[in-house]
Amino acid sequence: MDQASQVSSPATAPEASVEKIDVDAVNKKEERSLYKARVKIYPKRATGFFRKLKWLVMAATLAVYYVAPWLRWDRGPNAPDQAILIDFPARRFYFFFIEIWPEEVYYLTGLLIIAALGLFLITSLAGRVWCGYTCPQTVWTDLFIWVERFVEGDRSARIRLDKQPLSVNKVARKSVKHALWLLIGMATGGAWIFYFADAPTLLVDLFTLQAPVVAYSTVAVLTASTYIFGGMMREQVCTFMCPWPRIQGALVDEDSLIVSYKDDRGEPRAPFRKNQDWSERADCIDCNQCVAVCPMGIDIRDGQQLECIHCALCIDACNEVMTRIDRPLNLISYDTFVNHERRATGQPTQKPRLIRARTVIYSALISAVGLLMLATLLTRATLDINILHDRNPLFVKLSDGGVRNGYTIKILNKQHEVRRFEIAVDGLDNALVTVVGHDGTSGLEVPADKLAQFRVFVSVPPASVPDGRQDFDFIVTDVVDGNRAVNDTIFRGPEK
Amino acid sequence: MAHNAEKDAVTGVETTGHEWDGIKELNNPLPRWWLWTFYITVLWSIGYWVVYPAWPLVSSYTEGMFGYSSRQEVMDRIAEAKEAQSEYLGKIETASLDEIRGDSELLNFALAGGRSAFAVNCSQCHGQGAQGFVGYPNLNDDAWIWGGKPDEIMTTILYGIRSDHDDTRYSEMPAFGRDGLLERPQINEVVEYVLQISGQDHDSGMATAGKDVFVEQCAACHGENGEGIRETGAPRLTDSIWLYGGDRDTLRATVTNARYGVMPAWTGRLDEATIKQLAVYVHSLGGGE
Repeated sequence: MDQASQVSSPATAPEASVEKIDVDAVNKKEERSLYKARVKIYPKRATGFFRKLKWLVMAATLAVYYVAPWLRWDRGPNAPDQAILIDFPARRFYFFFIEIWPEEVYYLTGLLIIAALGLFLITSLAGRVWCGYTCPQTVWTDLFIWVERFVEGDRSARIRLDKQPLSVNKVARKSVKHALWLLIGMATGGAWIFYFADAPTLLVDLFTLQAPVVAYSTVAVLTASTYIFGGMMREQVCTFMCPWPRIQGALVDEDSLIVSYKDDRGEPRAPFRKNQDWSERADCIDCNQCVAVCPMGIDIRDGQQLECIHCALCIDACNEVMTRIDRPLNLISYDTFVNHERRATGQPTQKPRLIRARTVIYSALISAVGLLMLATLLTRATLDINILHDRNPLFVKLSDGGVRNGYTIKILNKQHEVRRFEIAVDGLDNALVTVVGHDGTSGLEVPADKLAQFRVFVSVPPASVPDGRQDFDFIVTDVVDGNRAVNDTIFRGPEK
Repeated sequence: MAHNAEKDAVTGVETTGHEWDGIKELNNPLPRWWLWTFYITVLWSIGYWVVYPAWPLVSSYTEGMFGYSSRQEVMDRIAEAKEAQSEYLGKIETASLDEIRGDSELLNFALAGGRSAFAVNCSQCHGQGAQGFVGYPNLNDDAWIWGGKPDEIMTTILYGIRSDHDDTRYSEMPAFGRDGLLERPQINEVVEYVLQISGQDHDSGMATAGKDVFVEQCAACHGENGEGIRETGAPRLTDSIWLYGGDRDTLRATVTNARYGVMPAWTGRLDEATIKQLAVYVHSLGGGE
């Protein structure tokens, strides 16, 4: 709506003046006081390559987030057809062709390790680009700022509006803005719950007031947190609540590409006056555009700061000004410390070294964990057994002098069809196996994708009763395809 | 308390004049939202006194507007649970033990009920796992003094062993030594014979003599070959399961002083459905016949 800008209209002549914006970096170190109330930041609109990139990443990440639960994946008649589904009631996690049971959450550990290493790798390459482009806090804050700009206008218009006394215009604009924020927040919460239930069914249930209470409360909580974090708290979440700035700051080195200001080219900064000769002065004309666009409220010219999320909007803002005054681009740019030092000592700059010990190790570790996960996934057993040996009593003496042990055997059928199994033992002489409630030890039916539990007694005659304990194996075999699982357990007898 | 208003240099906030180890307290008011939350909780508590039981009186208490009582709520819940179980309990009351065991739904219900009733009423003597102790039979094994069929187990639970119930199962072994029915050498001989028939180390000379004693004194109850007779509750002596122990010294003590274990009758203490569930549960432990 209001496109007011304190930058004068684009001029063609190189000596066109660029007005200095009256803005202070609110998160400047010298200004920081423990007692100071928060100063509101009014980020100005930036245009340029990185701004476009941010829009693209936002579109891509939001699309994945909102669309993913609606993808279907045919698993046959006995399983849900949602591609990504965290099925808490049935305790299953479905991810396309992957199905994970509760005891297999180590896959999640693997994913988290890969995610962490991935973050290390990308940070060592290009600084905090995770924070600047893909972090949900950044994405939704960016979206909320876009809504704010759409309703209330750009930076100066918003400042003006906030200073105005209450008026119909002000109340209307503010109401519309907050309503839109809440709607986005609600969509956020709404999308999240679709990962936990069949999405089309849940959507209908949500609107017919038949969804479970936990669905509504999750939507409510996520609406509130999105609204508060993205709308109200914004950069404060990153600066005060998030641990990543501290961690990621330690992951960059002198070869990492970091959003930084070339002070050797820009300093001393001074306002540009018409007809001034560029050979007599440095390139920074102190227009403060880089400060005005910064959503974190910092001045990049102060050097590396904890608050900086490397979103590169300052690069866009500065490059726009450089173009206008006809100076070389990238006074602010992604650059390495190495190059900063080389320029300071008059050496030619060099291409960033992407392949170095740190990045190689991270990549190797990512590949190793990834391959390990892939290997376990491809060899994942669709039959698993758990054996519980009775502890009370440990063993029962029979009248013929033999000894009997009781076991509870859980057979996990991870296929989407009913299977029949047979139970046998190995390593226990003359053992007699009986399954409670069944005539023999074979044909034990386990429903599709379920676990069934059987009481099994193993008796050994007097002559083979072990002294104290003996290890042996239970062998559970699929009667049809011969697929089998072997698990060791113990047989207890009296100490002789 | 009067003090000259002093402002904190850093924050510009007035201090209260209180100072501890050089640290001064700032006179910041409570946040407004906090204060209002506090007032609301005060109002809420007054409402609470009116609606819920709250104030203790001399011999009673204020009952609140709706007569709410957490004790009553528990009673209602228990009644509800009983009501929910009544369908199964009703069926169990009328069904025979075999019918219960033939219906998997009823069986599961009976096993769960039996397990909990066992833990409350039986585990004190027979152990949590029904593994028994010296003098208290192990219910997991395949040796049954009075019979291990479901009905026989139920009869034992209903009327007990040597209990004070008229229909109790009763048997009494004479105290052969204490009452002078057998001489000491005869007791030693019959003990050797019992060791022999139960497959343990023994003195075969004494055992041969002991056989005569056994046939004369013990066979009437324990059977000619010591195989036990369930009608008289006389245990089998040829197996390797012993209620009080099967070694020489214990056997000698048993013959000399006899044993007199008592199990109470549960009819009248537990309702019939519970006793049925117990019988089914005990039978399922692994040794049921």
